[in-house]
Amino acid sequence: MMVVLPVLQLLLFGYAINTDVRHIPLVVYDQDQSAQSRDLARTLVATGFYDLAGEVRSYDEIERAMRTGSAKVALVVPPRFASDLQKGTPAQVQLVVDGSDPQTVASATNTAASLVTARAMTMMLARIARSTGGVATAVPLSLEPATWYNPELRTAVFIVPGLIGVLLTMTMVMLTAMALARERERGTLEQLIVSPVKPVEIVVGKIIPYVGIGYVQMTLILLAGWFVFQVPVIGSLPLLYALAFVFIAANLAVGLFFSTIARTQQQAMQMSFFFLLPNILLSGFMFPWEAMPRPAQMLSQALPLTHFLRIVRGIVLKGSSFQDLRTELLQLVVILTVLVTFASLRFRKKLV
Amino acid sequence: MNAVPETIIRTEHLSRRFGSLVAVSDVSLEVRRGEIFGVLGPNGAGKSTTIRMLCGILDPSGGKGTVVGYDIARESEKIKQRIGYMTQRFSLYEDLTVAENLRFYAGIYGVPLLTRAARVRAVLEQTGLTARKDQLSGTLSGGWKQRVALACATIHEPPLLFLDEPTAGVDPVSRRDFWERIHEIAAGGTTVLLTTHYMDEAERCHRLAFIFHGELLDSGTPDQIIERRKLAVVELEVDRAHEAADVLRAHPDVEEVAHYGHVLRVATRNGRDPAALARELLRAFAISNVRAARATVEDAFVAMVRAEENHAPRAD
Repeated sequence: MMVVLPVLQLLLFGYAINTDVRHIPLVVYDQDQSAQSRDLARTLVATGFYDLAGEVRSYDEIERAMRTGSAKVALVVPPRFASDLQKGTPAQVQLVVDGSDPQTVASATNTAASLVTARAMTMMLARIARSTGGVATAVPLSLEPATWYNPELRTAVFIVPGLIGVLLTMTMVMLTAMALARERERGTLEQLIVSPVKPVEIVVGKIIPYVGIGYVQMTLILLAGWFVFQVPVIGSLPLLYALAFVFIAANLAVGLFFSTIARTQQQAMQMSFFFLLPNILLSGFMFPWEAMPRPAQMLSQALPLTHFLRIVRGIVLKGSSFQDLRTELLQLVVILTVLVTFASLRFRKKLV
Repeated sequence: MNAVPETIIRTEHLSRRFGSLVAVSDVSLEVRRGEIFGVLGPNGAGKSTTIRMLCGILDPSGGKGTVVGYDIARESEKIKQRIGYMTQRFSLYEDLTVAENLRFYAGIYGVPLLTRAARVRAVLEQTGLTARKDQLSGTLSGGWKQRVALACATIHEPPLLFLDEPTAGVDPVSRRDFWERIHEIAAGGTTVLLTTHYMDEAERCHRLAFIFHGELLDSGTPDQIIERRKLAVVELEVDRAHEAADVLRAHPDVEEVAHYGHVLRVATRNGRDPAALARELLRAFAISNVRAARATVEDAFVAMVRAEENHAPRAD
């Protein structure tokens, strides 16, 4: 434990703390469909900072892609882009970014902006070279960034909904793991197992109060976010509360699983902390998920928090609907099923 | 509820392995209704494992058994409703009061809601806990905790009560009170099966079973168990007691020599007269006050463990 933990932490930190975001999912809304517009999109993708997630045909589709989280950036090329360039009329492309994740936004905008500026310079130089004498006054090509969902790019907007997930993870896992470890330590668990009470009843009885506590915590954070940090909930509250149940249940299952391994409360506490760390670092709570290397991303997909963060940010900041969050919810349910199966298999062993 | 059978516990060749470790092997015993049955054995002998199997929380790996008329492997849920169980550490919820603990266990054991309050009151009365019913269990002394734990284990009036080392860490006065209570409970028709390390407590049981290395060495009334060892015991005073003890121990017929202050307690086997043997062996010492003594359960227990260790020496 003493040796392995720091090494693991080092690896996690090293992997996760990388604010140089690459592979941001991008959709292209190309209203021009010309060789030039396609070339621009291709150059953008070629930088390695963007991954082409698809083509869309309207702003509505951009919005949907952002609500589901399949895109964080959209390049909008206006109609007559190629002909404007041809004629020398200043052309403007738009970069729509998802402001709910300020770190990604900063990276995304900067990269695109410098790319477009570079291209504009090349064009100007070319034009100057061609028009021997006459000087092109207007910048031929520019980028207009548009930030959706969090136009002022306030960090609070990004952090507050995520905090719900982190705090729920911390308290739910720890409370459950500790509560059962305490009963084991005191011997009352043995006393309960000998009684006619079924293991399921013990577990459900232990867990129900914590579900309540989880909802109270969530409500408090939402209220504080709203009134103190001005982060209103855009989407549906009932949907958020309903989906949060799956997440709370998943964390309780993790806690339950720990409680079957931990012999003492102290061990339960250590395990909970050990579990919390990758959750904070890899889930996308603090560091952009897109910036992480593949292995870290794959690991983070197994964490309930990763999916809940997308759900909670989607609902609170972007007004995502149930349809938008279907895939995240499905993954969360799969994780929950695996966790519950593991936890109950371990708990079922008659002598705990 | 079916009638409680005359033989309330019956096991046949009961065994339990944990991986390659054999915790309990081939234990066959019978406990009759209404008796106080003591299970003795050193730590790690398999006492707790046996109790756990009898309570239906641990499946046997071999053999079979019935408790209160139900099969321990297949009908553990029915057994659980008809037994009371007190763990080694008087497991109470320390942040609940005495009365709250009782109410909680009454609920757990399905004491009907209508009679629950009356039952809790009655148990508080019987155990002398009424004055302390609103005290937090965590603030009670060991003896009082033990009383509360016993009250909790009997809240549903089970016909069979399991007590796992019920007097560990309890002062002598509380122990005595506790045994009075146990005899009261048994007189009321409840069977009590308990484990203990205290030999004086073993003699207070109606019948005993000795378990060592997972095997049942002997069972019967304390007198039967002592008799079967064919021990003769003498107590004497001697100068240089420690040296004298070494001399005595060297003789093959000497079962055991133990110090009790200035007194040496000498037990012999094979029908050897201990007084004569001591006088013969200790000619070089000044012996006085030689008197015959009764062999105790402790003598029998030590003799059995020694015989077993010599017979089959083991690593631990």
